[in-house]
Amino acid sequence: MKPSSPSSGFDRRTFLKGIGTSAVAVAAIQATAVADEIGKAAGPGPQGPGPVKFTLSINGEKKEFNLEPRVTLLDALRNFGPLTGAKEVCDRATCGACSVLLDGKLIYACMKLAIDAQGCEITTVEGLAKDGKLTPVQQAFIDCDALMCGFCTPGLVMATTALLQSNSKPTEAQIRTACSGNLCRCGTYPHVIKAALKASGQAVAETTTVIHHGSVA
Amino acid sequence: MAAWPNPTQSMGKPTPRVDAFAKVTGGAKYTYDVQPDGLLYGMILRSKWPAANVTKIDITKAQAMPGVKAVILAGGEQRKVSFYGQELAAVAAATKQQALDALRAIEVTAEPLPFVVKEDDAIKPDSPQVADGPNLSQAKVSSKGDPNIDALFASAAAVCEAELRTPVQLHHPLETHGNTVSVQGDHVTAWSSTQGVFSVRDGLAGNLNVPQSNVQVICDYMGGGFGAKFGPGTHGGLAAQLSKAAGAPVKIMLTRLDQGLAVGNRPSSIQKLKFAAGADGKLLAADIENRGSPGISGGGKSAGGGGGAGIALPYIYHFPNVRSQQFGVTMNTGPASAFRAPGHPPASFGTESMIDELAVKLNMDPLQFRLLNDGDGIRQREYKEGAEKFGWAVKYKKPGSDPGPVKTGVGCAGATWGGGGRGSEAEAQINPDGTVEVRCGTQDLGTGSRTVVAIVAAEAFGLRPDQIKVKIGDTNLPFSGGSGGSSTTASMSPAVWDACQNALTALQTQTGVADARGANWTDACKKLGINPLTARGKWQEGLSSSGAGGVNFAEVEVDTETGFVRVKKIVAVHDCGLIVNPLATTSQINGGIMCGIGYALYEERIMDRQTGLLLNTNFDSYKITNIADCPEIEVILINMPERGIIGIGEPAVIPPAGAIANAVANAIGVRVHSLPITPAKVLAALGKVPNMPSV
Repeated sequence: MKPSSPSSGFDRRTFLKGIGTSAVAVAAIQATAVADEIGKAAGPGPQGPGPVKFTLSINGEKKEFNLEPRVTLLDALRNFGPLTGAKEVCDRATCGACSVLLDGKLIYACMKLAIDAQGCEITTVEGLAKDGKLTPVQQAFIDCDALMCGFCTPGLVMATTALLQSNSKPTEAQIRTACSGNLCRCGTYPHVIKAALKASGQAVAETTTVIHHGSVA
Repeated sequence: MAAWPNPTQSMGKPTPRVDAFAKVTGGAKYTYDVQPDGLLYGMILRSKWPAANVTKIDITKAQAMPGVKAVILAGGEQRKVSFYGQELAAVAAATKQQALDALRAIEVTAEPLPFVVKEDDAIKPDSPQVADGPNLSQAKVSSKGDPNIDALFASAAAVCEAELRTPVQLHHPLETHGNTVSVQGDHVTAWSSTQGVFSVRDGLAGNLNVPQSNVQVICDYMGGGFGAKFGPGTHGGLAAQLSKAAGAPVKIMLTRLDQGLAVGNRPSSIQKLKFAAGADGKLLAADIENRGSPGISGGGKSAGGGGGAGIALPYIYHFPNVRSQQFGVTMNTGPASAFRAPGHPPASFGTESMIDELAVKLNMDPLQFRLLNDGDGIRQREYKEGAEKFGWAVKYKKPGSDPGPVKTGVGCAGATWGGGGRGSEAEAQINPDGTVEVRCGTQDLGTGSRTVVAIVAAEAFGLRPDQIKVKIGDTNLPFSGGSGGSSTTASMSPAVWDACQNALTALQTQTGVADARGANWTDACKKLGINPLTARGKWQEGLSSSGAGGVNFAEVEVDTETGFVRVKKIVAVHDCGLIVNPLATTSQINGGIMCGIGYALYEERIMDRQTGLLLNTNFDSYKITNIADCPEIEVILINMPERGIIGIGEPAVIPPAGAIANAVANAIGVRVHSLPITPAKVLAALGKVPNMPSV
């Protein structure tokens, strides 16, 4: 982070964690603790509450924003980007539908303030395919039907992409761990496991049998 | 009567979704994603009281705030509210942050009233009365066979009796309910996350008092519904009124908290079941009492199970003698709505639990006991196919006989569902360059409807599904009904087939090509000259039917020291008539199993008795399954093309909970009588900890 750039100096998760550790104190002390927490974390000085000008690098392109510091990266991408691939589902770091890569690291965009993403390269699901050519992960999701309504799909594609970047031949157990921060209500999980195996060039077992009625049991 | 071709070229072949590219690249635009010019962000202020007399709602401060374009009341200033989360007012502002600030500036004055949010409390004599009638509805009574059922129980070889409970389950589609509505004079365009674009159109037309023909509703992509997304809802009406007031398009997508409060749920059930069987293993009698709560929408004079709390008891088995009464319980919680196979998963859990108990009492294998008492021929076959694949004969052991401490157990359960559908219309356009566009006003909830249209059209024309351009999700297209009851594929496919057949006939007549399909396609289309050819079609008898079954076999591991249950394996055997796309059908079954595992082990809406508030407001505390919970799943599909298309979404979600509950009981030798089967309940059943009191 450049010292001259506007930044909150803390993200929602660190902030909440800080509050949590002081939650045992009585109300007055708690309020002081909150102020201290902010003071410690704020770094170069308070920003906002009005809009702040800043630049983000998204999928290799620079984009100017003029937003209040409280705007999350997810909100900035979706409503001011406008890149709507990352989805808003829980807005509380519980579902992974907003997953993006920040300098190659998988993060929940709902837990990052937009101004704190300055100086980082942000990759969203829109930035994966180049010139209409899908990545092996995207193609495997299609081939294995690892998507249904598709609302969790951008997040699961990003999570699988991040996994394969650090581990080119993950085991099924490693896939389960890597994708366990992404919820899917349609229940595509069995096919997501297959897609991750297929995208990493590993064998995928067929688990569906079709029997014609009338054939012998 | 119309008939499907035999053999088929495209139908029945595993086909990747035609819209998958858009979904894996982020290009698919959901209602949550659409951003028409001048869009305002709408949010709803909800009651923080479970019951109150609202005396004043002051919106003047909110109206004056930066970015705020409209503030409206949801139902008058002075009114009674009856559940936490009931809509009070709504704002439209330029940004989400401004809308949030404006909500906080609305001042509501209210006198809190006594409330009740627990089924057991609501039927006590001193409970606050929630609505006009009594909290406990009149009973819906049914019976068959011998009226002196008590005598049958007295003389039966085996009798089992228990109270079984299922929780309120929340739909929680990943895309919350919501609409973007643009009112321009008496014309309306709306983007809706819906299971029925026409139901939203008609609802908005009524809300705004404009002709239905002036309202266009679009649902290009939608992020799941599971039964709760029909009509515009209160939130859709508020978006429409805000748009009218602000003179700009307004988007209201519910927050995850809103989603848990006000837009539907699967009602709870408290099932008092008493089943009897003879020494020959045949079921004799069932005595049933069920009380379920659909929240504020139950009770009163509505005869039993009122407001949707009634469930399909006794489930699937043949009982010659039945005495049954079901009640609805009204309480201060959000209203119920249809949820994937309404009335079936709780009934299956209750019935299948008791069936296993009877089998154990009679010293019979539970699978053999089912084969003896389930009269459905297809399910009989499904049990046999599944048992073979699962290895039931080797895996089934006496309850609790695994030495442990981590004990393995197995169980099974069955399902039935109607499915089928009718009434859709469709249109096919053939262009001179050979391209094809097929139009149908249905919607794709994630089930793969768009791809089904492409497969059926490809079959008719001898083309590949990816050569068909499909237009769905728009009320300007030919009518198709709501996507519910596992009826979509059965309803729209015959219409698409009919439209394509009519188009093909016209093409062949017009061009003189005897068979324009497949290899002859491009040359035949060229002969059309400059005008495309369009033909309509509608649902035809003979291409679809109803009545599907299914069974699950489950293997679980129960850690008797922690109480944790892990589902190791599920074998699911299903029939759904003619299978259009086995790939998407498998996805539907996988999804039913994952949702069923959630219902069995994790999911429960928890209301706080003291405050009347929802305690588990997001996915950190309302637990749905994740990928780590995914068992090894094997799917067996019984293809019955001779029956036509039926439907699969709902039967898939029914049997997992019963099969898993039976597997847990088989593992540990004692039964957990309520869902979800949490570690605390397992340890309590084992006598290791006291029973947990309800919150």
